[in-house]
Amino acid sequence: MNVTWQQIVMYAVGALLIYLAIEKDFEPALLLPMGFGAILVNLPNSGAINQSLEGIGEVAGIVEWLFEVGIEASEALPLLLFIGVGAMIDFGPLLSQPKMFLFGAAAQFGIFFAMSVACLLGFDLRDAASIGIIGAADGPTSILVSQVLDSNYVGPIAVAAYSYMALVPIVQPMAIKLVTTKKDRAIKMAYKPAGVSKMTRILFPIIVTIIAGFIAPTSVALVGFLMFGNLIRECGVLGRLSETAQNSLANLITLLLGITISFSMRAEMFVKWETILIMVLGLVAFVFDTMAGALFAKFLNIFSKEKINPMVGAAGISAFPMSARVIQKMGLKEDPSNHLLMHAVGANVSGQIASVLAGGMILNLVPMLLK
Amino acid sequence: MMENFVASLGIMWKSMLGIFVVMIAITAVVKLLIKITAKNAE
Repeated sequence: MNVTWQQIVMYAVGALLIYLAIEKDFEPALLLPMGFGAILVNLPNSGAINQSLEGIGEVAGIVEWLFEVGIEASEALPLLLFIGVGAMIDFGPLLSQPKMFLFGAAAQFGIFFAMSVACLLGFDLRDAASIGIIGAADGPTSILVSQVLDSNYVGPIAVAAYSYMALVPIVQPMAIKLVTTKKDRAIKMAYKPAGVSKMTRILFPIIVTIIAGFIAPTSVALVGFLMFGNLIRECGVLGRLSETAQNSLANLITLLLGITISFSMRAEMFVKWETILIMVLGLVAFVFDTMAGALFAKFLNIFSKEKINPMVGAAGISAFPMSARVIQKMGLKEDPSNHLLMHAVGANVSGQIASVLAGGMILNLVPMLLK
Repeated sequence: MMENFVASLGIMWKSMLGIFVVMIAITAVVKLLIKITAKNAE
């Protein structure tokens, strides 16, 4: 039985992911299946992936089959998960403070910054764009974009995306403090939400899909499925489907997605120097997302009478709801009477839309340059 | 390498512009919807 040293490294990586999931509660729903799957697919002659058996021929492995059908064929698993995610999101805090949409846009800058740095480090454009999308702080988007672009690094990208989403409470405060002063962080914001009617909540997902679809057609699947889930939630007549999408569907897909993505964690694809670079670039993406959101808020404050706390801008990253909670905690630390949660939730939820738009823009623009 | 870097800068500005355009358009539509539905409610 031939075990390579790279496979042994992957057993350690798998064990680490399982440890982080259980002991540290780092995105356990994805990291645990990914960790266990990493061990499964790296066992010698593993039956979990396709094998050539003497006298029999090619025998299909379940993990490889799930990957081919659920991700390679049509990115079904991440897209179906988006229905569940959309059904879980309450866009109310965002709709009642529409200017928060802008922070979701600003906080996607890190994606493209990391992509440019990746190009400078020698990655080709499709891999650089796939690495940059880690900054979308959204697992399904990262998996989908890297898969559609046929990146060589789907496995490390997925691990980086989910790991950094879990590390938001550590990464964001550090990045925010780099670009803000104590005075900035203590800015108080009154919460004066506009009333949001049921009609607005129903029309919102339809309008977003149409607008996004015209400007970035390749984003229609991503944005469309997210908004479809939200429409099921908001229409008021599909309670059972909304419940199913938020719970059974989301849980089932999450369960399968983690173990399926482990197919891209085979030793020959994962144990490379580039994996370490990708982890660093993922961190760069998150840091620059956060800084861009905060700096954009500071820029708007030049023209705005009602000052915006820059930390709310930083919440425009798509890591929902973790980022909003981090901002609330940081705001209370600076001033125990400063509750930023609802503003941060608005910006955070806006980031969900902006991050899938970013994925769509990349899928629109990168293939044109690869022709 | 430089060619890819320059291309990535092009993708950066076009994408950020595209994202902002969409988000501003959505913001405008949402504000309009809120105004119309508030008027209808009166």
